Amino acid sequence: MTLAPETTDLKVQLRLADSWYTVCDLHRLEPGRGVAALLPDGRQVALFRDRADRLYGIDNRDPFVGAAVLSRGLTGTHQGRTFVASPLLKQRFDLETGQCLDDESVRVATYGVRAR
Amino acid sequence: MTANPVATPTIVLVGHGMVGQRFLEALAERGLTATHRVVVLCEEPRPAYDRVQLTSYFSGRTPEELSLTDREFIADHGIELHVGDPAVAVDREARRVTARSGLVVGYDTLVLATGSYPFVPPVPNKDAEGCFVYRTIEDLLAIEAYAKSRATTGAVVGGGLLGLEAAGALKGLGLTSHIVEFAPRLMPVQVDDGGGAALLRTIEDMGLSVHTGVGTQEIVVGEDGAVTGMRLSDGSELATDLVVFSAGVRPRDQLARDCGLAVGERGGVSVDERCRTVTDPRVFAIGECALAADGRVYGLVAPGYEQAETAAATLAEDEASFTGADLSTKLKLLGVDVASFGDAHGTAEDCLDVVYSDSRAGLYKKLVIGRDGTLLGGILVGDAEAYGTLRALTGSVPPVSPESLVLPAGAGAGAQLGPSALPDDAVVCSCHNVSKGTIRGAVTEHRCTTVPEVKKCTKAGTGCGSCVKVLGQLVTTELEASGVEVDKGLCGCFAQTREELYEIVRALRIASYRELLDRYGREDARGGEGCETCKPAVASVIASLAPAIGASGYVLDGEQAALQDTNDHFLANLQKNGSYSVVPRIPGGEIAPEKLIVIGEIARDFGLYTKITGGQRIDMFGARVEQLPLIWARLVDAGFESGHAYGKSLRTVKSCVGSTWCRYGVQDSVRMAIDLELRYRGLRSPHKLKSAVSGCARECAEAQSKDFGVIATSSGWNLYVGGNGGATPRHADLLAQDLSDAELVRLIDRFLMFYIRTADRLERTSTWLERIPGGLDHVRDVVVHDSLGICDELERLMAAHVAHYRDEWADTINDPEKLARFVSFVNAPDTPDPVVAFVPERDQIKPDLPLLSLGIRPADTVLEGSAQR
Ligand code: SRM
Ligand SMILES: Cc1cc2nc3c(=O)[nH]c(=O)nc-3n(C[C@H](O)[C@H](O)[C@H](O)COP(=O)(O)OP(=O)(O)OC[C@H]3O[C@@H](n4cnc5c(N)ncnc54)[C@H](O)[C@@H]3O)c2cc1C
Ligand code: SF4
Ligand code: FES
Repeated sequence: MTLAPETTDLKVQLRLADSWYTVCDLHRLEPGRGVAALLPDGRQVALFRDRADRLYGIDNRDPFVGAAVLSRGLTGTHQGRTFVASPLLKQRFDLETGQCLDDESVRVATYGVRAR
Repeated sequence: MTANPVATPTIVLVGHGMVGQRFLEALAERGLTATHRVVVLCEEPRPAYDRVQLTSYFSGRTPEELSLTDREFIADHGIELHVGDPAVAVDREARRVTARSGLVVGYDTLVLATGSYPFVPPVPNKDAEGCFVYRTIEDLLAIEAYAKSRATTGAVVGGGLLGLEAAGALKGLGLTSHIVEFAPRLMPVQVDDGGGAALLRTIEDMGLSVHTGVGTQEIVVGEDGAVTGMRLSDGSELATDLVVFSAGVRPRDQLARDCGLAVGERGGVSVDERCRTVTDPRVFAIGECALAADGRVYGLVAPGYEQAETAAATLAEDEASFTGADLSTKLKLLGVDVASFGDAHGTAEDCLDVVYSDSRAGLYKKLVIGRDGTLLGGILVGDAEAYGTLRALTGSVPPVSPESLVLPAGAGAGAQLGPSALPDDAVVCSCHNVSKGTIRGAVTEHRCTTVPEVKKCTKAGTGCGSCVKVLGQLVTTELEASGVEVDKGLCGCFAQTREELYEIVRALRIASYRELLDRYGREDARGGEGCETCKPAVASVIASLAPAIGASGYVLDGEQAALQDTNDHFLANLQKNGSYSVVPRIPGGEIAPEKLIVIGEIARDFGLYTKITGGQRIDMFGARVEQLPLIWARLVDAGFESGHAYGKSLRTVKSCVGSTWCRYGVQDSVRMAIDLELRYRGLRSPHKLKSAVSGCARECAEAQSKDFGVIATSSGWNLYVGGNGGATPRHADLLAQDLSDAELVRLIDRFLMFYIRTADRLERTSTWLERIPGGLDHVRDVVVHDSLGICDELERLMAAHVAHYRDEWADTINDPEKLARFVSFVNAPDTPDPVVAFVPERDQIKPDLPLLSLGIRPADTVLEGSAQR
């Protein structure tokens, strides 16, 4: 989703099964860098914001190594799509679909995210 | 038992060695396994394996990994393989073979691929306990068992290719090793006297004792009948517990002799150009047991493979012939570069030698050139880099003068002849007889884009491996030529190299990554996010130029924070379970007891795993992200600062104890190491930088393996540059000698800044020095003689770095905004990441790896203590 510039006291929310779960203030998300959030059921989500202020949420767990660290990777653009590269072994994941760009057979869960 | 009724025509292969296996593959490729019954009699207890790589068993390759075949191949092609059942008789009249088990098989075609046996000179007690040969996996297992249980010294009879391999293996097993060679030099078949002298030096430097010009007269045994020594022809006795005979091989032609096939005077089953025996058109002989049409028995695998192809082609009624082959060899012994190729001894009429010899450095290179300038062959000792290219050029006139081909880089000429100079029919991989043309075809027609793909497609490089380097160069050149853009650009976002970006940033004082991307990025990358390659690279360029372009030198400021690799971002090293390691700087490796105690206390209080690193300091592992600031608050308090173990920047300057304590030391190496480490700490560079200072030429600090290494002399310091450990070790080159303290520092300032300015991303000084045009000489011109007139500027840049240095961790723990980043969860900062857990090991901790594979803990245990929802 896209935001009006410089809106301040917005909160980042994640879509759970039937509700929106408030995670943090929007300003905690630096463009190009992620943060990790903990869901009530123990799942971990990596949240990102890109240059165009679009927000993304994917599972935080690196499916190749197992550690919950995807939020600590670097983001980038590949063929017009925003991705994050795992900080461990550098596999890239499309932030919108969760698809691993380096291994067709791997995909991580994605979450709806909004700011309001 | 009687012969099976022959329904489909039957091919019987006797011997499942390297050549036998290749023959089976050739049959399969030609579809003959479908139309024929194929029966294989294999003497050894296991199917074909890679004999060429036999010695790699001692460096950890298992017999399974050496195997050349698999069950599927045998099964898929319906091959009847009888392991451990050698042929004992052939009845050519009745056309059947009898195996040891009593099995009798009728044949239409019989193929002998029985290889060779090691020749054991008929000296007394040659069969005593403790005497071995070196041919099969079973031989190696026996040698290993004996060496481990009852030997401390070993001797190899024979100083040829295999003898040296065997001696290296004995040494690797921990034995004091001797080589006894009857000829006056080592590897008499492959190298000449000059090469032998250089080789001798290298082998002796490796700690092997060499006895040339003496024969073995008797094996001396003790009361229990086991070997205790050898009596040599000069009357001396050599004490040894184990003897390996490696005095050449002889063709295994007994089976052939017994059934009346013609054999050569010195052995070998006589065959024609199609590998058919001259006696019986239904019988073929291939590999080391065959005496080829050119009158030679080949003891190398490549000619054998060609014979296997020839025999299979003949059976398929295709055109093929084997008329002779090249005898090039490269020694696989670790640490010895020896290669010979073509007419190495200059036997052709009127040929001339071009020789470069430096016995001090153990270098010897000889090329044999014909009257018309054709390269006929050569010998390389001490530096066989050019082997792949030269071997392939043999038979043609090289495009540059022969002198420039033997001179070492930096000694005047040093023309670097690339594989692009090779003609298309040049054989690049002689193990599998693959030409340059075929490799090019793999790229252009079969669309291979990487070396592993080309290997799979052409088999090139899958034998002895000596051609892999040339293969890599060819693939790159070919990709470039065929327009599959081998982009020199940094990444998909920038078409410029790192060096070009450095110049842009410096000249235009661009301190923002976004600005650089939007103005100088590739068209379609502008306005995007960039990528994980260029972000840290540009961050590093901006950081190393920070004072000069007016950027902040603190890597977590503003936009810069988002560019850093995860390690730099958290100022610590990420471990596999998501925890971090912490490495405080310990300049020169010198540390006072009080500070050691602090490290101990912190590690204990936070439950960290501690380890002394290879860089003379202490690493503490297992810190969770939210613990990093707490740990660093205590470290900074005790006077520690960041060790930059996470950064592409200066790591450590190791030191030896030097003249203060050591009786040999001639300068205070510890003081110099500390000075250098404090001067260059925090300097961001294309790759990590390592250094060391030794107090005398004994070199206890291993300075010559460092990016810049310093060795004390009685009148000052010698500066070495471009050294590297790691995967491709490189000895550093001497840049300048007998420097004063000030001269040394000034020269290092210039050297480092010149490197930072011109190197590629992730290019250590070693690869940089090898890559840049002019190499070491050019660098010396620039930094010593100021040939580009930039030395003032280089020094100014370094002075600015030194003046602006600040400890990143001290800055971080004093800045609440930066600290906000060091939390496990943005919505639950006090809940530790539940996946980061540890289990005990050797009185410390290690990551709980099984937990990682589960990925998640039950919810109720997770949210316990969570402060915020
Ligand atoms: C901790 C340590 C091993 C140890 O337990 O002793 C170590 C650990 C790592 N080394 Fe090393 N190296 C360590 C000394 C060395 C040495 C020995 C030395 O420095 O004298 C070498 C060979 C010397 C050299 O670099 O030339 C060495 C050659 C490498 C290489 C190969 C570099 C090359 O040019 O080929 C890598 C990979 C790389 O940097 O790309 C590497 C990479 C790594 C990384 C960063 C791998 C990674 O990304 O996780 C390891 C992380 C350390 C951590 O998490 O804290 N490490 N590493 C040593 C830390 C020394 C220190 O105090 O800073
Ligand atoms: C340590 C070592 C290193 C080497 N390094 C190199 C190198 O770097 N480059 C190179 O080109 N070459 C090298 N060689 C030589 C290479 O291994 C041989 O040239 C190659 O193995 C020859 O293949 P082959 O099939 O003719 O013989 P082998 O591989 O010896 O196979 C013959 C097989 O036939 C079996 N056999 C014999 N008689 C019978 C019978 N009656 N019935 C059934 N089976 C029988 C034997 O047991 C054996 O398994 C090396 C050899 C050794 C030992
Ligand atoms: S390098 Fe020389 S001075 Fe330093 S410890 Fe070794 S012997 Fe002593
Ligand atoms: S030359 Fe031996 S693998 Fe290519």
